[in-house]
Amino acid sequence: MISFNLLIVVSLAYVAFLFLVAFAAERRAKRDRGRWLRNPLVYTLSLSIYCTAWTFYGAVGYAARSGFEYLTIYLGPTIIMIGWWWILRKLVRIGKTQRITSVADLISSRFGKSTVLGVLVTVLAVVGTTPYIALQLQSVTQSLAVFAAEPGSGWDGRDFDSAAVWIAVGLAVFTLIFGTRNLDVNERHHGVVMAVAVEAVVKLFALVAVGVFVVWGMAGGVGEMLDRIDAAVIAEWHPVPHRWVGLIFLSAAAFLTLPRMFQVMVVENSDEKHLVTASWAFPLYVLIMSLFVVPIAVTGLDLLPEGSNPDLFVLTIPLTTGNEGLAILSFLGGFSSATSMVIVATIALATMVSNHIIAPIWLSSTQQGAALSGDVRGVIVLSRRLSIAMILMLGYLYFRLSGGGAALAAIGLISFAGVVQVLPAMIAGIFWRGANRIGAGTGIVIGFAIWAWTLFLPSFGPGAVLSEAVMAEGPFGLAWLRPYALFGITGLDPVIHAVFWSVFFNTVALVMLSVLTFPNPMERLQGAQFVNVFEHSAGARTWSQGAARAEDLLIMAQRIIGHGEAQEMFRQEARAQGIHGYLPEVTPELIGRLERTLAGSVGAATAHAMVGQLTGSAAVSVEDLIAVADETAQIVEYSNQLEAKSAEQERTARALREANEKLTAISIQKDAFLSQISHELRTPMTSIRSFSEILREGEIEPEARSRFAGIIHEEATRLTRLLDDLLDLSYLENGQVQLDVARGSLASVLDRAVMAAGLSAGRLVLNRDSTREAVQIETDLQRLTQVFINLISNAAKYCDAAQPELTIRVLDDGDLCQVDFIDNGTPLDADAQVLIFEKFSRLADESKAGGAGLGLAICRQIMDSLGGEITYLPGQGGPAFRVTLRRAAQLAAQ
Amino acid sequence: MGRRVLLIEDEPNIIEAISFILSKDGWTVHTHADGETAVDRVRDGAPDLLILDVMLPGRSGFDILRELREGDAPDLPILMLTARGQQRDRDMAEQLGATRFMTKPFSNSEVLETVRALAGP
Repeated sequence: MISFNLLIVVSLAYVAFLFLVAFAAERRAKRDRGRWLRNPLVYTLSLSIYCTAWTFYGAVGYAARSGFEYLTIYLGPTIIMIGWWWILRKLVRIGKTQRITSVADLISSRFGKSTVLGVLVTVLAVVGTTPYIALQLQSVTQSLAVFAAEPGSGWDGRDFDSAAVWIAVGLAVFTLIFGTRNLDVNERHHGVVMAVAVEAVVKLFALVAVGVFVVWGMAGGVGEMLDRIDAAVIAEWHPVPHRWVGLIFLSAAAFLTLPRMFQVMVVENSDEKHLVTASWAFPLYVLIMSLFVVPIAVTGLDLLPEGSNPDLFVLTIPLTTGNEGLAILSFLGGFSSATSMVIVATIALATMVSNHIIAPIWLSSTQQGAALSGDVRGVIVLSRRLSIAMILMLGYLYFRLSGGGAALAAIGLISFAGVVQVLPAMIAGIFWRGANRIGAGTGIVIGFAIWAWTLFLPSFGPGAVLSEAVMAEGPFGLAWLRPYALFGITGLDPVIHAVFWSVFFNTVALVMLSVLTFPNPMERLQGAQFVNVFEHSAGARTWSQGAARAEDLLIMAQRIIGHGEAQEMFRQEARAQGIHGYLPEVTPELIGRLERTLAGSVGAATAHAMVGQLTGSAAVSVEDLIAVADETAQIVEYSNQLEAKSAEQERTARALREANEKLTAISIQKDAFLSQISHELRTPMTSIRSFSEILREGEIEPEARSRFAGIIHEEATRLTRLLDDLLDLSYLENGQVQLDVARGSLASVLDRAVMAAGLSAGRLVLNRDSTREAVQIETDLQRLTQVFINLISNAAKYCDAAQPELTIRVLDDGDLCQVDFIDNGTPLDADAQVLIFEKFSRLADESKAGGAGLGLAICRQIMDSLGGEITYLPGQGGPAFRVTLRRAAQLAAQ
Repeated sequence: MGRRVLLIEDEPNIIEAISFILSKDGWTVHTHADGETAVDRVRDGAPDLLILDVMLPGRSGFDILRELREGDAPDLPILMLTARGQQRDRDMAEQLGATRFMTKPFSNSEVLETVRALAGP
């Protein structure tokens, strides 16, 4: 006779004990002395949350109904653990290097930090897990009901409802406290893990105790027990191969993808080496768990009246045989199984919901991009707590609305099948770089839809969600869409049928779309990081604290923010900690402050990556590197802008300098020009003045008088010509010349020029070729004549040959016409060839010149105006000038 | 009197004018038109007065002045006579040690008086 109160007291005492365990573990973890917390056995025991109330109670029921098939549920995980080297090791490594917090985070992160995938997997996990949480609540209330069924227990029906509520609330409190106590970046929950490990021991002990009681206490030994088994109906069950294969696959897949399993296996893993121990210890644990399942089932079937619920044999056998202590122990075992599952599953789901749904919404709604400010932490804790409460509420509601009972009992495998839809994306994500987010997302959606259609919706029973007609004939009469017989394939167990089709199409969609579509750069990077995780990471780092690391941080800080500032900061921190000198204890506060300070100099991402490297708290992720690259790009962009600006200023400055130089040069030229003009004007005026004074003095012989008058006249003429030339040049240079374009023959222009040059007879011999000169041209003939006069008279004046000869050579080249003037004097040297066209440049003795040196300058200006040119022609044996002109009038733009 | 004046000038009409004026006053006038050989000509001719143009073929009158002042003829009276009459040229001549500076066109009597003042007995 177990009273309600006793049961409540025992339960409360047990829960209090769990709280104590969790608190103690948290405190030890905080003081970093809990080395035993990171014990591989603790890790192994925490994995036992795989064995929920469903396995604790249900395995016996399963065996009673389906013989040894229940073993498949244990065989799947066993295979995964034994083969840890291939998948688990990689998952754990990726989880560490990428700071993965959940299954949703893993998938989202792998496929280019896809928000959509994160949400998708989160929703999938919540939908798949909520019924399972409901199942745990049900198992606890059912086990309470067993006690209540005992005569004289004094319970009434209302107590179960309130019991379920109180259990849910109690679990919520525990999870709220230990699930959100410290927001570790690693999402580790030492208290929870330790409590779960303790519960694992309790449930194993309880089941073994019942088993021992059954085998030795009731049957009388192993031999007798085996005889009983042989005699029982269980022995007649034959394995159905496709179910075995299907269920082993399903349980193996679920073991990897269930949010709670991922939480304890990957997220809570503190050392990769623990996997080695767990690889044999966990199979051993489930072996012991499964060892007494058949004996208990056989005994229950023999002992208890027909129609008794075999799911509760673990409780009813001790009760019926009057072993109340054993019954309470068994109850606690079931209670442990249920609570540990709910707690871990809730934490895992809350992490997903909070990280992938609530936090992004909150952050985007507040327009605060980076989570840098302190209050973000508060928001995350709040959202985590809300998520926990919401998930437990959902579980409770599901339990109430489904009405408990048989529908819920089948939910275990159905839940597995739903969560398993993540498997293709997970496996492809860590082994195949080609897998991309479109493939993964589509695969999950398709798999999820098929699972819902073929398993989840029908599970509510015929007529509940899907009508009987749909179940029997398919939607709209489409028989190939019947939920239990897709494509007309019948005869399969519904679970196997659903798993097969959903995973099949999921995988096909994943592969096809990954091949057909292209991943974005982020996906490529993440894909490489995930698939080649062992090449990118050098094993899990361990934290080691001490002066050396503070020194490392100080050295790094000095390099970045300078010696003075870095030492001052460290000294302040040390003083705040009561330490003399400038090597403080490396606390999270120090690291945080350091990171913020460095961020001011090198950017947040770089600072985080650098500090992360030194503290060894986390490897640098691809995201970090990309953020670093972004910052660098910004800095590069900024410096490019600066460079562009300074280049522009440089250009402006150069332009100004050039303009200034040009102005200076022009000014110098102007001075030189004025000086030249002054000289050129004063020289003839000097003669005129001087001789006119002489003439005025009188007393001069008539001969001299006449001669002096001749000089005065000559100089006056020279002066006039000079002024004419200057005006001419000025007009030409300013483009104010009115051209008088006319047609004429080149020969006639040359004739006129030769005449006007006034060659003294016989002095200069002209060589001309009249046939070649018969070229019609259209230009300002007067101006052209002026050019030719200049060239001919220059030759006459300056040719220093004994027998001066001037050859005028005409080359008619279509549009262009070239007239060369070559004499047989001394050729000009290179400098002179350029100088000759400048104003006032006279190369020879002034006495021979008779001009001011403006002739060729004027010629050049004229040829410019006529759209032609005049150049010195080197290599002709003597001074040679080439006049190039257009035959048709095509005047230079003025 | 018969004192010697050396005129270094390249403009033939000006040479003729100055020669006429000074000869009429009794000076012995030698002329030289080339800048490059002017210094040698001064050394060889040992004149009592030098009239020096600035813009000469071959060499600037200022250059010749400088060389004469630094070397053979530190005390020779030198009259700079130039068509370049800017203050800059005047300063330059003074700085280099010209005894007088006159610009073209000049007054005949002024030239004559200057020559008399500089090289008179």
